[in-house]
Amino acid sequence: MSAKLEGKIATPGAVPMRRTVLKAAASLGALGGLGAILTDPLEARAAPAGFILPPASEALTPFQASFPQDAPRDLKRRLSMTRWPERETVGDWSQGVPLEKAQALIAYWRDKYDLRRFEARINAFLQYRTRIDGLGIHFFHVRSPHPNALPIVLTHGWPGSFVEFMESMRPLSDPTRYGGRAEDAFHVVVPSLPGFAFSDKPTETGWDVDRIARAWATLMQRLGYDRWVAQGGDWGAGVTHALAQQRPQGLIAAHVNWQFVFPEKAPDNPTPAERRAMDGAARFANDQSGYFREQATRPQTIGYPLADSAAGQALWIYEKFQAWTDNHGNPEDALNVDAMLDNISLYWFTNSAASSARIYWENTRAGSASLSKGRLELPMAASVFPHEIFSPPRAWAEALWPNLFYWNELDKGGHFAAFEQPALFTEELRKAFRSRRA
Amino acid sequence: MSVTPRAIANPGSADGSRRDILVRIAHGALAGAAVTIGSDATAQPSPAPLPRVTKAVAPFRVVTSTAAISDARRRLQAARWPERQTADDWGQGVPLATIQALVAYWRTAYDWRRLERRLNAYPQFRTEIDGLGIHFLHVRSPHEQARPIILTHGWPGSVVEFLNVIGPLTDPTKHGGQPEDAFHVVIPSLPGFGFSDKPTESGWGLPRIARAWSELMRRLGYTDYLAQGGDWGAGVTTWMAKQHVEGLTAIHLNLPILFPPPVQGEPNQAEKATIAQLVAFNDKGSGYAKIQATRPQTIGYALADSPAGQAAWIYEKLGEWTDSNHEPEREISRDEMLDNISLYWLTNTAASSARLYFESFATDFSTQQLDLPVAVSIFPGEVFQPPRLWGERVYSRLFYWNEAAHGGHFAAFEQPAVFVEELRAAFRALPRSG
Repeated sequence: MSAKLEGKIATPGAVPMRRTVLKAAASLGALGGLGAILTDPLEARAAPAGFILPPASEALTPFQASFPQDAPRDLKRRLSMTRWPERETVGDWSQGVPLEKAQALIAYWRDKYDLRRFEARINAFLQYRTRIDGLGIHFFHVRSPHPNALPIVLTHGWPGSFVEFMESMRPLSDPTRYGGRAEDAFHVVVPSLPGFAFSDKPTETGWDVDRIARAWATLMQRLGYDRWVAQGGDWGAGVTHALAQQRPQGLIAAHVNWQFVFPEKAPDNPTPAERRAMDGAARFANDQSGYFREQATRPQTIGYPLADSAAGQALWIYEKFQAWTDNHGNPEDALNVDAMLDNISLYWFTNSAASSARIYWENTRAGSASLSKGRLELPMAASVFPHEIFSPPRAWAEALWPNLFYWNELDKGGHFAAFEQPALFTEELRKAFRSRRA
Repeated sequence: MSVTPRAIANPGSADGSRRDILVRIAHGALAGAAVTIGSDATAQPSPAPLPRVTKAVAPFRVVTSTAAISDARRRLQAARWPERQTADDWGQGVPLATIQALVAYWRTAYDWRRLERRLNAYPQFRTEIDGLGIHFLHVRSPHEQARPIILTHGWPGSVVEFLNVIGPLTDPTKHGGQPEDAFHVVIPSLPGFGFSDKPTESGWGLPRIARAWSELMRRLGYTDYLAQGGDWGAGVTTWMAKQHVEGLTAIHLNLPILFPPPVQGEPNQAEKATIAQLVAFNDKGSGYAKIQATRPQTIGYALADSPAGQAAWIYEKLGEWTDSNHEPEREISRDEMLDNISLYWLTNTAASSARLYFESFATDFSTQQLDLPVAVSIFPGEVFQPPRLWGERVYSRLFYWNEAAHGGHFAAFEQPAVFVEELRAAFRALPRSG
């Protein structure tokens, strides 16, 4: 521990907008390592130093997360100094996180949250960094004890991270200890997107989902896997669709929990499922796409307040946990507060607000490009969670995925499927890939 | 991530939403006597109490607390920055080196007493209208025949935008004009901006603000007056005309609200160029508007807590919308930009100002047919430059339309002399009523 870290991960959100839907995120995070100490920010000294990640080579270098010694104190100090706006002028979440909810979350983060617990939780897994295409990529690698396990790369999105998968990694790799069968085992690889968590932050443009997908293929090859599958939601679904389109050597199938399959033109007489998808997309475009458009067009500018305000960063993310999970009004209905703060802390301590936002910029800079990759020949699987932002119906997937081999619509869970429903998510992957095993 | 294809994005069909619950909550008023901005820097600086208002027109002066200044400087010194942008120039927002230079100046060289000094050089007042304390500058002309005019700022502007035009407008004979060019000037702060109260309930959109302005002018005794504005100020001014508020005889806009565009049939070349500006703005420049229109509270948390972030959020627009090719210092001095930025920071109005987008952006900030006399000045650096044809289609009594030589979106702020000349020229063309 004590090394340096950094990471980045980004997730996109989906945003359909009136005319387009775009997303991108960018990121990079940096963290320090041994000895990196955040200075006392509100003391009249300089700004705190960031984490510094260890240099990465093409070797697979073991990595452990180590938040600077002073990090918890620095966070507490900043949170204690939070200057709040006035209360919202509505009685719900329609203007964003309500002040009372915001203050409760920040008070918990300041007074109750244990960063060292999170650090230990991270380091309970084997992690590495390796340089691919010029960037140090951080990843978890959880080998199954079962020799015939199927290798899988799971990709998170924005505002998520590897934290989303932490409760699924062991059940996937060691099914016999988690209610499954040996034949369901996976060797699990969970990379942090460029610009997120402990992966390097790109210093140049070009890291769109296609480039990330190529990096993932290199990663799987470097790990010695010659027959593997891929999975993702949110931007992770974007990367997974890109992988499916590229069909790198060894990739035999993919599973997504957000399927980017859209018809060329809207159906004239939509079925109820099509109508729901279109309405969901429109709702997203009209009411929920502010973060998307801002991150897609001005990731640097939004990065300034989010990098400087811990409360601001926390609430920028927390809002999405409320909007996109399957809950009864509060995000705590779907996710536990410590887990949400683990994810938030990862963004904060790696200073990844701008670098994660940049994935939206990267993937929309060409204009209104859709994340959809159109027709995909790779065998595809999808699990549809009911509170997804919007859910293209099976008929649309069938039109674009000639080798669709698994489709299941669940009765609970939302956009953060693995994070919200790790057991269901795990079971979906077991069922989906059962037919793909050698 | 995810993107929805054009094919399925159907803007019109958003249904309410799964679990919307609406409740409105009101919230506390501000009380106090002297206007002290800021408070002790030790704990969480609390919002500055504004003096209580009544329907009387009460004199007002700005006093900035030393603690608020110290707190801001301390926060700026402790600012944590993101990494440098990966694209050249302004393609991802304000470049890191640019904002760091501005913030360093703000922290170490800017005179934080400038703002109060400049504001207090003019008579200021607060009065309660429709439940809210409204702050305004009121500067009477020495010329008896001066025409009263109400000037309305927008976002991310403030009354600061107009400080350099007050002298020339009210006292033209000292500023190269004729006595007939004189105006009595009223410059209010929008609700939620500057030293006006922050609404505690939803509903303060453009039509309501327009009605409040008409009450303000009535209260000041003006029965025959003009109105002017750009940005949201143009929205308010448009709604004053649309509602035929009593006493308003004509308006001048430096951003005519002609969107959606009033196209008839196949657009000509000029119209296509303007439509392209709207599309580009929507695709590449509207993120700030969309987030403020949909989640003003969430963006408010980060901006209320970070003066560096608040500065960047505003400075980006000064960089993009001035007639300066991303060098706003060519148009507006750094000190004056920081006067405006400091006003937002010290009054903690990031969320409350953003909320104007939530209230009106998608609905009332749009093309309105007007039958009152309308004058328009188009500045060359403006984000959107509609052809006169559109003005003629929408304003049945368009009496002045001119393309100014210099200036951009912040016309009065950038080019006060040009702006003043536009108002003089416009209203010379309008016969005095009565």
